[in-house]
Amino acid sequence: MKAIAQGLLVLTGLLLAWQIIVVIGELPPYILPAPVAVAASLWNNAGSLLSHAGVTALEILVGMLLGTLLGSGTALTLGYSRRARRWLLPMLIASQAIPVFAIAPLLVLWLGYGLGSKIAMTVLIIYFPVTANFYDGLRHVPPGWLDLARVMLPQPQRWAVLRHIALPAALPALASGLRVAAAVAPIGAVLGEWVGASAGLGYLMLHANSRMQIDLMFAALLVLAMLAVGLYFAVDASLKWLLPWHTANPETAQND
Amino acid sequence: MNIAPLPVQPTPFLPPPLAIRLRSARLVYGGLALFDGLDLDVAGGCFTCLLGPSGIGKSSLLRLLAGLTAIGVSGELHGDDGLPLSGRVAWMAQQDLLLPWLNVLDNVLLGSRLRSERPDRRRALELLARVGLADAALARPKTLSGGMRQRAALARTLMEDRPVVLMDEPFSGLDALTRLRLQALAVELLAGRTVLLITHDPLEALRLGDHVLVMNGRPATLQNLPDLPGAPPRDPGDPAVQSAYRAILRRLEVVT
Repeated sequence: MKAIAQGLLVLTGLLLAWQIIVVIGELPPYILPAPVAVAASLWNNAGSLLSHAGVTALEILVGMLLGTLLGSGTALTLGYSRRARRWLLPMLIASQAIPVFAIAPLLVLWLGYGLGSKIAMTVLIIYFPVTANFYDGLRHVPPGWLDLARVMLPQPQRWAVLRHIALPAALPALASGLRVAAAVAPIGAVLGEWVGASAGLGYLMLHANSRMQIDLMFAALLVLAMLAVGLYFAVDASLKWLLPWHTANPETAQND
Repeated sequence: MNIAPLPVQPTPFLPPPLAIRLRSARLVYGGLALFDGLDLDVAGGCFTCLLGPSGIGKSSLLRLLAGLTAIGVSGELHGDDGLPLSGRVAWMAQQDLLLPWLNVLDNVLLGSRLRSERPDRRRALELLARVGLADAALARPKTLSGGMRQRAALARTLMEDRPVVLMDEPFSGLDALTRLRLQALAVELLAGRTVLLITHDPLEALRLGDHVLVMNGRPATLQNLPDLPGAPPRDPGDPAVQSAYRAILRRLEVVT
C-alpha cells in the first residue's frame, strides 16, 4: 500500500514538473505537448488507440508463444545432443552479432506489411534470451540429483532423467528467460511496425509524428508502455504461480 | 568378533544380505595417488562405518561402490555372489537431494517414477510414518527443517529396498541432538541390510558401526578397528566407546 502511494506521489510530481516546464518554457505543442494535452488526446482517440493496441498486443503474444517454443526446442536440442552443441551453438552466438534492426526491412520485404513480419521480429528478439537461459538451466542441474537418479536407474536413461529431474530443475532458468522475453518482446513488435505496417501502436506513433500530432504520439507511447508493463507483470505472476517451489518462502521451518 | 548380526526386524521387504568385495581400487587425482591397490570388504547384513579425515578419498571410494563414475577412479567391484552391484545399491548423501518441486511423498517415490514403475504409495506412506513424517507427506521439502528433510531422504533410501545402502556423511549437516536421533533411527530401519557409512566423526563411527574401518595415510590404507561390545546405536558415553575414541585419536595422531 505504502509502495503504491509512494509511486503515485512520484508520478504526480513528474507530471507536475512536466506541466511546469511546458508552461514556463512556452514550448509549442509540436515539440512537447503538456500532460493535459496528452490526456485529452488519449481520451479523444481512445477507440483508435485501443484497436491499434490490440494489433500490437496480438503480434507480441503470438511472437512470445512462437519464440518460446522455438527457443525451448533449441535449448533442449543443445542440452541433449553434443553434435548440436558443436554445430549450432557457435552459429547461435554469432547470429546475435547481427542487430535485429538491420534485418527488419528484409523481414517486411519477405513477409509483407501484415502481422507476419512483426511476429517474426518479436520471435527473433526473444529467441536468444529464452534459448540461452533455458540451456543454461539444463546445463546446471545440481549434480547430486543426477547422481541420485544414476544410482536409482539400473542403466542410464536420459529421457527419464530429463523428464523427472533436468527439465523441472531448469524451469526456473527458463522462467528468467521468459521474463526478459516479456520485457523486450514489445520492442520487436514496434520495430516491425516502424519499418512498414498499416496498423499497430508503432505505426500510429510514426503516423502521428509525421503529422505533428505529438500529443497523440505521446498517448500511443503511454498505451505501449502500459501494455509492456502489463505484459511483464502478467508473465511474472503466472510464472510465480506455475513454479511455486522456486519463489515460495518457507512458511514455517518447524524444528525436528 | 563378539557381535551377532543385528536382531532383524521382520519386514516383508528385506532382501538377502549381500557382501561387497572391492579389489585393487585406485584413485589418481592431479597426478597423485590418493589410494592405490586398496582392497575393501564390507560384511553382508552389517552396519560398517568407514572413518577418515576429509580429503582422504573416502567419498570417491563410496562413489566407486555406488557406480558413480569419477575421473581417475578404478577398481574391481562385485558382490559376494560374483555379480556386479549395479541396481542393488541405494545411496544417501550429505545433502538430502530432495527435489523442491515434489512433495515429500513424491520424493520418496522418485525411484519408481524414474523407472516408470507403478508407485507403491501405501508403502511410501508406511515408510514416512516409520521415519516420523506421516503428517508431512504432502508438504514441500522447503517447509521442512534440516532433520525432517534428512528423514525424508532416509525414507526415500529405504523405499528403494536395495540390499546395499551407501551413506556419505548423511548426518554431518545436522545439529547434535537431531543427529543422535537420526543415527538411532537409521540403525533401526537399516537393520539387516549391508550398510557402508562414511564419516569423519569418530564418535559417529563408534556409535553406529558393527564394524569400523579407518582410512588414513597417503596413499590411503584401511585398517579394521576391533569390534566394540554391544549392539548399535551405542551410547556415546559408553566407556568402551570412549576408550576406542581415544585409541582412534591416537592412531590419527590427533593426540599422543
